[in-house]
Amino acid sequence: MVPAMTSVSAASDFSGAGLVCVRGGRVVFANLGFGLSAGDAVVLLGPNGSGKSSLLRVMAGLLKPYAGRLGWRGEAVADNPEAHAARTHYVGHHDAIKPVLSVAENLGFWAGLHQPHAATARQAVATALERFGLAHLASIPGKMLSAGQKRRTNLARLLAAPAPLWLLDEPTTALDRRSVKTLEEVLAEHRAAGGMVVLSTHADIDLPGARELHLDGFAPAEELMEAFL
Amino acid sequence: MSRFAEIVRRDLRLALRQGSDSVMVVTFFVLTVVLFPFGIGPEANILARVAPGVLWVTALLASMLSLDRLFQADYEDGSLELLVLTPTPLELVVVAKVAAHWLTTGLPLLAAAPLLAVLLNLDGQGFAALLVTMLIGTPILSLVGAIGAALVLGARRGGVLVSLLILPLYVPVLIFGVGAIDAAIQGLAMRAHLLILAGILVAALPLAPWATSAALRQALE
Repeated sequence: MVPAMTSVSAASDFSGAGLVCVRGGRVVFANLGFGLSAGDAVVLLGPNGSGKSSLLRVMAGLLKPYAGRLGWRGEAVADNPEAHAARTHYVGHHDAIKPVLSVAENLGFWAGLHQPHAATARQAVATALERFGLAHLASIPGKMLSAGQKRRTNLARLLAAPAPLWLLDEPTTALDRRSVKTLEEVLAEHRAAGGMVVLSTHADIDLPGARELHLDGFAPAEELMEAFL
Repeated sequence: MSRFAEIVRRDLRLALRQGSDSVMVVTFFVLTVVLFPFGIGPEANILARVAPGVLWVTALLASMLSLDRLFQADYEDGSLELLVLTPTPLELVVVAKVAAHWLTTGLPLLAAAPLLAVLLNLDGQGFAALLVTMLIGTPILSLVGAIGAALVLGARRGGVLVSLLILPLYVPVLIFGVGAIDAAIQGLAMRAHLLILAGILVAALPLAPWATSAALRQALE
C-alpha cells in the first residue's frame, strides 16, 4: 500500500516529513508525512493503537518524534516551541477541568494564558460559553459537571482564544448529538476563516472536504522494525 | 508576566478553595514540634539547645508533605499537558507554580515558627536569625522539592519516593540554617551562614526550574 500523503507540498503552512514514532520500544508509525494549508482538515483513521493519539501529541509538541521533522511555513517547529504553542490548541483525552473552579474560571484561566489582554479574554470566554450552550452553567463548579459538559467546556477553549491550528483527539467523546452538530459548525467556521484542523475519531463527524489519513498504512513491516531498533 | 501572575493566582485560588494543604502543613509543623517537650522533657536549657535543629528539621518535613500534590493533580486531570503547551517557557510556568506553593506552605511555616520558638524556649537572640534563615531557606525547599515532585509523576506511592529523593538535597539548607541560628545565639557573626544559604537560593532559582521542566516533559512523553 502506497501512503497517499508522504510528499509534502512546499505551499503547506503546517507540514511533517519522515516522522517516526517509537512507543515503549515499538515502532508505531514510520515515514509519515502530511501537509496542511489554510482551511484544510485531516481526519486520522486507524484501529486502536495505530498511533492517532501519538501523532496528535507529536504535532502538538508533547512528544518528540524519533525521527523526522515538523515545519510551520518553512521553519522547524522544534526551533521555537513557544511560538508553536501559541498557534495551537490541543484537546486530548483529559478535560483539564478543576473540580473547585467554576466553568467560567476554568475556561478563563486557559483563555488568559493564550490571550494576555484580560478584557478581550473575558469577552471571548463569554462568547465561547454561549456557543457551546454552557452560559447557564458558567458559575457551576467543575465537580458538578457531567462528562459531556466537561468535554464541552474543554472544547470551548478552542473559541476562548484564537489559534489557527486545532489538534483534536476524539473530540466527540461523551458529546450528545446536538453538541456534535455545534462542534461541526464551529469546525466549519474555523476552516472558513483560514484555520486548520487535525482530528482523530471513531464516530461519524461531518467535515466537508476533509482528507483522510489512514495510520495503519504507516505501520512498519516486521523486518523493518528490526532495522530501526 | 501577566501569564505568570495568572498561574500564581489560579494555584492560590485552588489552594484556598481546597484549603487542606496549607492547614495540614502548619498543623503537622505545630504538632510535631509540640511533641518534643514531651519526648525530651520540659527542662528549659535542653529545649533551648535543641530548638534551632528541631524547628528546622520539622519545617523540612512539613514542607515536604505537600510536595507530591504540586504537579500530581494537574498531571492526572490533563492540565499539565495544557500548561506545557502554553506560549510561555515551561521554566516560567514551574517558577509560578513553585511561587504559589511557597506562598501556601512556606509562608505559613514562617508565620508559625516564632510561636513555636517561644514554646521551645529559643534564646532571644536567635529569633531574628530563625526568621531570616527561614525566609531564605523555605523558597529553596519549594524549588528543590519541585524537582522531586516532577520526577515521581506517574509513580505509585510518589509521596514516599519524593522524600527519599529530596531529603538528602535538603541537608545543606538544614546545616546552614541551623548554623546561622546557633551562631546568633552564641553572639557570633551569622553573615557567612546566611551568605551561603542565599547562594544556594540564587543557584536553585534557575537550576531547579530547569531540571523540573525536563522532568515534567519526560513525564508527559
